[in-house]
Amino acid sequence: MAGLPSSTSAKEKPSAGVFDGIAIRLLAPSWLMIGFFLLVPVAMMLVYSFLTKEFRGGVIWEPSLAAYDQFIFDRGLFGDEPPVIEWTYITIFARSIWQAALATVLCLIIGFPTAYFIATRPANTRGVWLFLITIPYWVNLLIRTVSMKFLIRDTGPLNQFLISTGLIDSPIHIVNTNFAVQLGLFYSYLPFMVLPIYAAVERYNFALSEAAFDLYASRWTTLRKILIPVVKPGIIAGCILVFIPSLGAFLAPDLLGGAKTFMIGSLIEEQFKGSAGNWPFGAAASMILLSMVLVVLLFYARQQTRSINGAR
Amino acid sequence: MANTSALEVRNAVKVYGVKPNDVIALNDVSISVENNEFFTLLGPSGCGKTTLLRMIAGFETITQGSIRLFGENIENLPANKRPVNTVFQQYALFPHMTVLQNAAFGLTMLGKSDKEANSVAGRMLEMVQLGGFADRKPGQLSGGQQQRVALARALAPSPKLLLLDEPLSALDLKLRHSMRVELKQIQEEMGITFIFVTHDQEEALTMSDRMAVMSNGELQQIGTGKEIYEQPGNRFVADFIGETNLLSATVESVKGSHATCVIGNNTRLECVVSDAIEAGSSAHISIRPERISLAKSTVSSAGQDTLTGVVSRYVYLGTDTQCKLLLDDGTKINCRVQNAHGSTTDLAVGERASIHIDQGAARLLVN
Amino acid sequence: MANTTTDVRRYPGFLAFTILCLVLLYTPMIIVTIYSFNDSPSITKWGGFSWRWYQDVFFGIEAAKFKTAAWNSLSIATMAGISATVIATSAAIGMIRGNSFKGKSLSFGLINLPLMVPEIVSAVATLIFFSAIGITRGYFSILIAHMVFCIPFAYLPIAARLEGIEKSYEEAAIDLYATRWKAFTKVLMPLLAPGIISGFLLAFIISLDDFIITNFVKGAGVETLPTAIFGSVKQGIKPNIMALSTLMLLVSVFFVSLSYYVSKLGERSR
Repeated sequence: MAGLPSSTSAKEKPSAGVFDGIAIRLLAPSWLMIGFFLLVPVAMMLVYSFLTKEFRGGVIWEPSLAAYDQFIFDRGLFGDEPPVIEWTYITIFARSIWQAALATVLCLIIGFPTAYFIATRPANTRGVWLFLITIPYWVNLLIRTVSMKFLIRDTGPLNQFLISTGLIDSPIHIVNTNFAVQLGLFYSYLPFMVLPIYAAVERYNFALSEAAFDLYASRWTTLRKILIPVVKPGIIAGCILVFIPSLGAFLAPDLLGGAKTFMIGSLIEEQFKGSAGNWPFGAAASMILLSMVLVVLLFYARQQTRSINGAR
Repeated sequence: MANTSALEVRNAVKVYGVKPNDVIALNDVSISVENNEFFTLLGPSGCGKTTLLRMIAGFETITQGSIRLFGENIENLPANKRPVNTVFQQYALFPHMTVLQNAAFGLTMLGKSDKEANSVAGRMLEMVQLGGFADRKPGQLSGGQQQRVALARALAPSPKLLLLDEPLSALDLKLRHSMRVELKQIQEEMGITFIFVTHDQEEALTMSDRMAVMSNGELQQIGTGKEIYEQPGNRFVADFIGETNLLSATVESVKGSHATCVIGNNTRLECVVSDAIEAGSSAHISIRPERISLAKSTVSSAGQDTLTGVVSRYVYLGTDTQCKLLLDDGTKINCRVQNAHGSTTDLAVGERASIHIDQGAARLLVN
Repeated sequence: MANTTTDVRRYPGFLAFTILCLVLLYTPMIIVTIYSFNDSPSITKWGGFSWRWYQDVFFGIEAAKFKTAAWNSLSIATMAGISATVIATSAAIGMIRGNSFKGKSLSFGLINLPLMVPEIVSAVATLIFFSAIGITRGYFSILIAHMVFCIPFAYLPIAARLEGIEKSYEEAAIDLYATRWKAFTKVLMPLLAPGIISGFLLAFIISLDDFIITNFVKGAGVETLPTAIFGSVKQGIKPNIMALSTLMLLVSVFFVSLSYYVSKLGERSR
């Protein structure tokens, strides 16, 4: 028999489930692919972050802490001055975290009521609403970002519209500002917030709200004290799904922002482009970004286990 | 062995997980099922009956022990090499195949030609009265029809043993009753050994030749329905099958198969003993409610087997009347009186009554 | 309609948020779609309806570049989608139906690793890896990278579907003398089909959409549609790019509808 590992031979112990005994064989292809082409590369990236840079891109195999040192300290042009704290990169990271967090909050403010509204539609129209949210989720992010850039350009349709209505006299500069990047992040990842919250609210047992209502809670108290705590895992999942890609975003800052609106993603990208690059530094910045993401995910995993072991 | 049993499970043990978090699902269970027998595994959920069935089918490994099918050891064969078929609890009919394709599946897998497989499958469908439904999908059938397809599918390859895992539990009450009769008929016609798992004692009693009562992964008693009902081997069996009065008692003296016991506040009772027991030990007495008769009482004491008390509950139930009594010694007794001749003594709550226990109805149970 | 005062589920204003959300999400795409039909070469003024930029996409100066890029994108997405789906199906069966073993929960983490690592980090790591082991960057390196990050996307719908399928189906197949492989092909796979198709569609779209990783691991000269569009946009948004974007948008909408339809079918067959 071809394909899946051959049927159990008589000698082999019979299996409890049909696919018992071959779990490892079934999982091996995915382990090999992801292990070899992602886990090993990440490990290599860690190694590269401790190597010396080669000026035309790439590395020299000489251990060095220069990449991390450069991240924090300024030692002058020739590296012989006493170290001073270098704020450039720290500022970029701090701003990235701030912008990703702000994008998350904005997505939550718009996304939660939307998800809730869709989840409480009658079954026959719910699908249509959900479909409308799903489309942007699937549309190419580059195209969406380009569309946004087109819309908000100085001579773009938005400014033309505002001028034509007489609200403004001269175009508002939006592109190449922090605001544009912020808008781009928010707009890029908004569907990522809606879908997990929708899933949580859809599973929510509304008898709980009715019980609270029955016990004299107001509509908003019911929302705050009953619904939100119950659907919290969905809210946290949505926040993670917005925060993590926002933190490492490249397209929004690159296309909508300018040189002054650098985020981590653009900083990393620059290290691998052309001769200006610095691979160890790019690898180090990637490692720092990855560690931050892992911290967030660990926090998330702890929340999840707590909500499983908790009230339920 | 000249006359081999259809199935012989010896000292079967099933342990899930590893120490110290292991769970013993089956503890040293041995059963032997004769050819053409309708054998039932009866017990509450979690008693190990399904584990035992799945072990016979080949879906669970056996931790220790052996399984023999007509004298051959099968415990190391995978499920697809055992000439044993199963009717699953939720039927597990393949939804993407027609009824006929479902019924023919086993034969096709055994390498039979499509023609042969389909003709046998067709015959099986006729047998379960679904001849006209061959081209439907399982989803278009009612629960009862699906159940018949599952039966036809499992019988088509002519297994040496048919396993049925609570197959009637998903049906409504009326259908369940008629399916009981039909299942038994099919079993007799086909001459195949059936092993039936259920938690429903009525189901077990109506269909089985013999049954095994299980609890907590252990075998409690094997016997015919009558044996198990009338001569329960232990407290669990007495309590699980039918209603019973279980009274704790102290053994005063033992004489052969009879013992004199003391219950409650020094009342003496003659009981039948099946297991060895010594005078002075404590045990339980089981008395079926319908083996107790009632009479209005004015006198406070009578013969040896007569006890008196106050009626605490009296409920008319149609064919019989249920009466709860609080005996003078503080023991609570439950009895059922047939309403057959209209001769039932009408009693009211609070009235005094005396009870009489039939000869041999009180059984002493060691544990 | 439910009575406003008694229905606990209703919160005033939530409809407004929903509409705001949809307006925000759709306005840019709709505007670009409209302007892609603008006859005027100056992209800011409306010059009447025209198909000219679509003709330009297919027959203009950049047409050859776009065609190659489209071919690369589609062929990579198809191959990466198929292989990721096969790997993910196998993995889902192993995870959900297979025996337990030490480190099984770690395995779940590994399968989902591409979702957890930020794209830019995966891109950097993959670039470093390929350059370190000396693989020439190009079509093949893009394909490998796409296969890897598509696995968890294909895995999710397949695993979700498999969780909902009773174990007793494949047990019944085995009980009726099917081999393990037959139990898979004849029983489990047909039941799993909606999940497998959704998994493939998701993987396909994700591969088609990818820009960041592709941008890192593509060699000089090999372009996919997103990298080609990005390259053009760097010099300003031209109308032919808007036409191309609109076409890609339609492709996405088509695939969402398809996967939506498949999942509806799947629900009914359950």
